[in-house]
Amino acid sequence: MRDMRIFDTNNTVVLGLIGFGGFLAVWTLLSLSGLIPSLFLPSPAAVVERFVYLLNHRFAGGTLVDHLGASMLRFAGGFGLAVLVGIPLGLLMGWFRLLDDIVTPLFDAVRFIAPIAWVPFAALWFGTGIGGPIMIIFAGAFPPCLINAYRGAKFADPRLIEAARMLGTPDRRMITEILLPSAVPSIIAGLRISAGLGWQSLVGAELIVASTGIGYMMVQGQGNVSTTTVMAGMIGIGIIGLVIDVVLRRVEEAILRRRGLSA
Amino acid sequence: MSRKAVVGGATIFAALALWYVATSVTQMISPGRFPSPADTWAAFGQITGVGYANGVLIDHVLRSVTLVTLGFLVAICTGVPLGLWMGWSRKAEALINPVFLIIRPIPPLAWIPLAILWLGLGDMAKILVIWFAAFVPSVINAYAGVRNLDKTLIEAAQMLGTPFLTFVREILLPGASPMIFTGLRLSLQASWTTLVAAELVGAMTGLGRVLNAAQQDLYPGMILVGMIVVTLCGWLMTAALGVAERRALSWNTASQAGE
Repeated sequence: MRDMRIFDTNNTVVLGLIGFGGFLAVWTLLSLSGLIPSLFLPSPAAVVERFVYLLNHRFAGGTLVDHLGASMLRFAGGFGLAVLVGIPLGLLMGWFRLLDDIVTPLFDAVRFIAPIAWVPFAALWFGTGIGGPIMIIFAGAFPPCLINAYRGAKFADPRLIEAARMLGTPDRRMITEILLPSAVPSIIAGLRISAGLGWQSLVGAELIVASTGIGYMMVQGQGNVSTTTVMAGMIGIGIIGLVIDVVLRRVEEAILRRRGLSA
Repeated sequence: MSRKAVVGGATIFAALALWYVATSVTQMISPGRFPSPADTWAAFGQITGVGYANGVLIDHVLRSVTLVTLGFLVAICTGVPLGLWMGWSRKAEALINPVFLIIRPIPPLAWIPLAILWLGLGDMAKILVIWFAAFVPSVINAYAGVRNLDKTLIEAAQMLGTPFLTFVREILLPGASPMIFTGLRLSLQASWTTLVAAELVGAMTGLGRVLNAAQQDLYPGMILVGMIVVTLCGWLMTAALGVAERRALSWNTASQAGE
């Protein structure tokens, strides 16, 4: 009602194309007109060209694919470690009250530390190759894993727990067969948050300490005043981040659907 | 005292005791890897007294907190209105959303090299990068806040011919403010993380600069002091925003109840 009257259409796709086209047009015009030197604001076409060029030409010790590969390897390490430690610990804390009371205050004290603030210790303890960045990704990805597994375990139906306890179910089976299944939706939601934070921490770590990886490539691009390289790196980071999220969302849908059918 | 508090207190005490024993008594952890309590206290004394990395502690804190506040304010003053507009107008949403979908997956920290390339290592580059970092959550949540408004309320207001400004003040803002504040909290956290990272990459003063200098000097005591101060400042700013939120939202309920 109170919208602009210039576009006499309600078509979302058309408006979307106009918005996107306008964005690219302004960007291109600013760059090509020389209003902003193209050294600092290359045109979208130049960035795409650089992106494609970097796919099979080496820059800062490797192609874009090499750098992304190194980054994803680190990500897999840090994220995997966070999942392997965080989820079991969260479930155990959901079952054993003493463990909960012991770990919670320590965890609360540590989790307010921004992952990026771990950079100096990570570099000091594990070096700048693969160990240091993995620790920083872990620092980012660990809290959501633990918190969501813990909260999920608390969602378990008390009647189910009572019944299982009455039948003398041992602790181990209690956790794997009652707490874990009821925690799955919460855990998966946590995994997506965790992956997002982990990927973001990785980029930060690589900007500061690494000697390979997509963040390192961008820092080198910045040092060589190659704006196209920096922007190509941002595109690469965005795409991989998006792919990780889409994959986890698919996993989430698949698991929820299967549970919906089996229930 | 509850069992929880007793166990929690005992755990914290045990952790601190373990820290002291492992670093100072048995030297199980070498002082080059993790500082002892005494080292940490000495580093704290150094940075508050003679200074470290181009300034005493209060200089670094003020610099970092000022930059975060500036960048955060710029981001929310641009992001929240844009989000409200996108939530209110389907056309604005259709027009802006595609651009937004492209920018959104880029993590805030990935803007740092570009900001340095454009504006160097000075304050303007930091404010720019905080703006990018804090902008996205404030837009998304303001947008979601408008979308979750009570449809009946909007239609009733329109039927009664409520003037636009009154509508914004009486319905749009109060209704969307819980979500807006959620967005502000996320924005503030993103701002703080991004600033520390940007200062780690390059700065003259600031808490990130302290961390960076301590890392290069292999000075664990100062690293720990820097981490603690970074954490405390982030926590205090989030708490201050929480106070502002409670005030703003209590005013809303009070004003609604009074009508």
